[in-house]
Amino acid sequence: MTERRKRFAIETLPGFTAIAIAAFVMLYLPIVTLVAYSFNGGSSVAVWGGFSLHWYEVASQNAAVQGAAARSFIIAASAAAIATTAATMAALGTTRRGKFTGQTFIYLMINQPLMVPEIVTAVALLIFFASIKVATGYSGLGYLILAHSAFCIPFAYLPIRARLEGMDGAMEIAAADLYANPWQVFRRVTLPLLMPGVAAGAMLAFVISLDDVVITEFVKSAGQDTLPTYMLGQLRRAVTPEVNAISTALLGMTVILLTAFFLLSKKRD
Amino acid sequence: MGETFAVEARDAVKVYGTGVNAITALDHVSVTVSRGEFFTLLGPSGCGKTTLLRCIAGFETPTSGAILLSGQDITEEPPYRRPVNTVFQSYALFPHLTVARNIGFGLEMMGKPKAEIAETVARMLALVRLEEFAARLPQQLSGGQQQRVALARALAPKPQVLLLDEPLSALDLKLRKEMQGELKRLQLETGITFVFVTHDQEEALTMSDRIGVMRAGKLQQVGTPRDIYDRPANRYVADFIGETNFLTGVVEGGAVRLGSGDLVRAALGGQTGTVTLAVRPEQIRVVATNAPGAIPARITGKVYFGTDTHYHFALVDGTEVVARLQSRAQGEDDLPKGVEVGLQFEDSSVQVLGP
Amino acid sequence: MGIGTEEGRKKHQARSGWLLSLPALVLLLVGASGPLVIVAVYSFLKPGEYSGVQWIFSLEAWFKVLLEKDIFDGTISLADAHLAIFWRSAKLSLLTTAVTLVLGLPTAWFIATRPARSRALWLFLITIPFWTNLLIRTFAIMEVIRNEGILNTALLALGLIETPIQILYSGTAVLIGMTYVYLPLMVLPLFAAIDRFDFRLIEAGYDLYASRWQVLRRVILPIIRPGIVAGSILVFVPSLGAYVTPRVLGGGKNMMIGNFIELQFGQGRNWPLGASLSMVLLLIVVVALLIYVRTAPQEDRHD
Repeated sequence: MTERRKRFAIETLPGFTAIAIAAFVMLYLPIVTLVAYSFNGGSSVAVWGGFSLHWYEVASQNAAVQGAAARSFIIAASAAAIATTAATMAALGTTRRGKFTGQTFIYLMINQPLMVPEIVTAVALLIFFASIKVATGYSGLGYLILAHSAFCIPFAYLPIRARLEGMDGAMEIAAADLYANPWQVFRRVTLPLLMPGVAAGAMLAFVISLDDVVITEFVKSAGQDTLPTYMLGQLRRAVTPEVNAISTALLGMTVILLTAFFLLSKKRD
Repeated sequence: MGETFAVEARDAVKVYGTGVNAITALDHVSVTVSRGEFFTLLGPSGCGKTTLLRCIAGFETPTSGAILLSGQDITEEPPYRRPVNTVFQSYALFPHLTVARNIGFGLEMMGKPKAEIAETVARMLALVRLEEFAARLPQQLSGGQQQRVALARALAPKPQVLLLDEPLSALDLKLRKEMQGELKRLQLETGITFVFVTHDQEEALTMSDRIGVMRAGKLQQVGTPRDIYDRPANRYVADFIGETNFLTGVVEGGAVRLGSGDLVRAALGGQTGTVTLAVRPEQIRVVATNAPGAIPARITGKVYFGTDTHYHFALVDGTEVVARLQSRAQGEDDLPKGVEVGLQFEDSSVQVLGP
Repeated sequence: MGIGTEEGRKKHQARSGWLLSLPALVLLLVGASGPLVIVAVYSFLKPGEYSGVQWIFSLEAWFKVLLEKDIFDGTISLADAHLAIFWRSAKLSLLTTAVTLVLGLPTAWFIATRPARSRALWLFLITIPFWTNLLIRTFAIMEVIRNEGILNTALLALGLIETPIQILYSGTAVLIGMTYVYLPLMVLPLFAAIDRFDFRLIEAGYDLYASRWQVLRRVILPIIRPGIVAGSILVFVPSLGAYVTPRVLGGGKNMMIGNFIELQFGQGRNWPLGASLSMVLLLIVVVALLIYVRTAPQEDRHD
């Protein structure tokens, strides 16, 4: 046997791979456990009682869960639509043009929800909407949709802006050269090329809205639970595997949307 | 008022930025391009040639001056109202549209009937020999094919003038040679005026009817390739196009006395005092030292270039001169380093450029 | 003739830029930024009897952030309970930042050094937890560290412990939870920095007799510093304002600023104090971000 010397790998640093693997295990072990236990037939969260969809049935037949799920989807869909439209316009207004006065202010405003702690925004909206509720008497889902639309804007804006910036400006110049007027340039060239970014932005906005706990918890009126706030309420009491089932369903949703997002953003040009 | 030109730039000035940061990209450029002409703007990057092209296309508006198309002032017209099309350096093919839709885009925007568009697209595909690629997307084509689509797309609306912005620079040498021929053929077949921008002097010399040489926003010389090569207007043009020996001397009677003391005959055109002579390396003959009119020189080095060999000589005062001679068969070399020879300049080949 | 067109175009661009951004700005003004002003105003008012505010100017709420007045003799002293909460928040946030950095740097390095094809997959594996509901992730880690959770079960089965370790509802639980929840926020900017890193510099380092440790210390870390700063800010800021994780994992005793603020709007019924606490939190975050912005451009010039 000849002695084989280990190749000196430039990129390897001692212990790094081990820590990285440990980090991945740490990230996924709890999630995998959660998913596994959502299929637990037993009524205890601790003891494995065989594979079963029992808790999914319980959750899906629970009127409170049904209501929360419907509300979550209505809010997420509305907020994603509103935020994406506003973000697309803003991205078109702030990208690929000369610097103009107030541009920094617009950037700051758009990114503000990423910077201000959620709890502070939540408290602010609680105070603000409380007085509007008193003044108008309206206490519908509108407040939640407005709040969600606002904090979803930066998430929709970033991929759209990235797409726009990566877009070859020559395309639009070429279209103008070929007799397309500015509206035709937008309709026939800019928008189709921008579409993957818009779709990606909408998806992120939807996921972000669907996942929100803190702001929803503070803004919602009585009986306006979304899935996350419903679960938070449940956690205060004894933990039931029902929450596992709802979590897994939401998780599945996120993974599907994210996969779609990745495929979309990979489809470059 | 005589001929109306296909394109005319009148005293065009383009300044970017203001104050101390101002950059003058076009410095009072006036030029005319005749109908059906293949006109080339030649110069190094940053000389303003692309700016002039973009002013003609309408992507830039000149700071002052005017752009005329068939005698009409179009300076303020947006690009989509100018009967001018561009072949972009990067091709700028729409990635979301098929080759056929790309070629038909201009006609579609003009609101032409479907049948006419289809007919023109088919003709254009045939013209650039891409019939079988009509349904492909641009990114499924090779660089050369994309180049031909870009050409077809720009030609399809039958522009009065076709602008080409370094369209061949992204291609490899072999393909570039091929496309040069293809471009020339298309221009002859369609009879459209071409304004071509390049930094490649060889490309300019082989394809153009006339060339405008630019430097730092100024037009240096406009003329046929022969004019530009044989009668460069100044030292810059002579240096930029081909290789040239520059020799300084003083006018003495009907000839020029070089620093080495040798006398060179040249068409002086009334110039006096100190002048610069430009002599192309291929127009220098190597003769025996005692030949009539021979300037004594010593071989200081040589560089083999395949068919040619460049010989470096030093005149008696050390002035360096390069001559390009056809390479000899191996072993036949009778001009080793250090040998004393005589150099002869053909009278007509010596250009006088002023001091 | 054409003079002034450039200026005109610029003006037009600015106007259309603003017009296009307008819907987003209005939404953000009403649904996010504007109400912050109301919070600022409320912090200078007196609390209402049951909730809400009385429209009387008062600095009491700001005073109460750090100090308290003895009910009987009126002496002013530091509010120990409040200080304890601030201290816990700061300590837990800094520890979370440190632990995520120690775990995140090797992880980001690992991902960045994978072959191009599998790299996308590893990155995707990091982004899934990143986008997964924070509550679900908190809930998942809770399942692991519970007394009957798999951690205790495994330790018991291995005979390492005799009785389950009580982790849940402790500061440690909050630290574990926040580390778990915010790790992707550390990894992603670090990855971005390492991905741009020119690996030939490592070869140059080794070529010039640096050991692995010296290469890490003297070459890699200084160059990827912007990523480290970005990741640390991204973890520290939400940690400091964390609400869900301490609420679920910390129990009632391990409150952080976020929970304390909520308390003022719930049982505490002191909206002005809640408002002033929110302002304090916001100020800390703004300072942290300003420090980041100040350091970032200089780092850019570096490479």
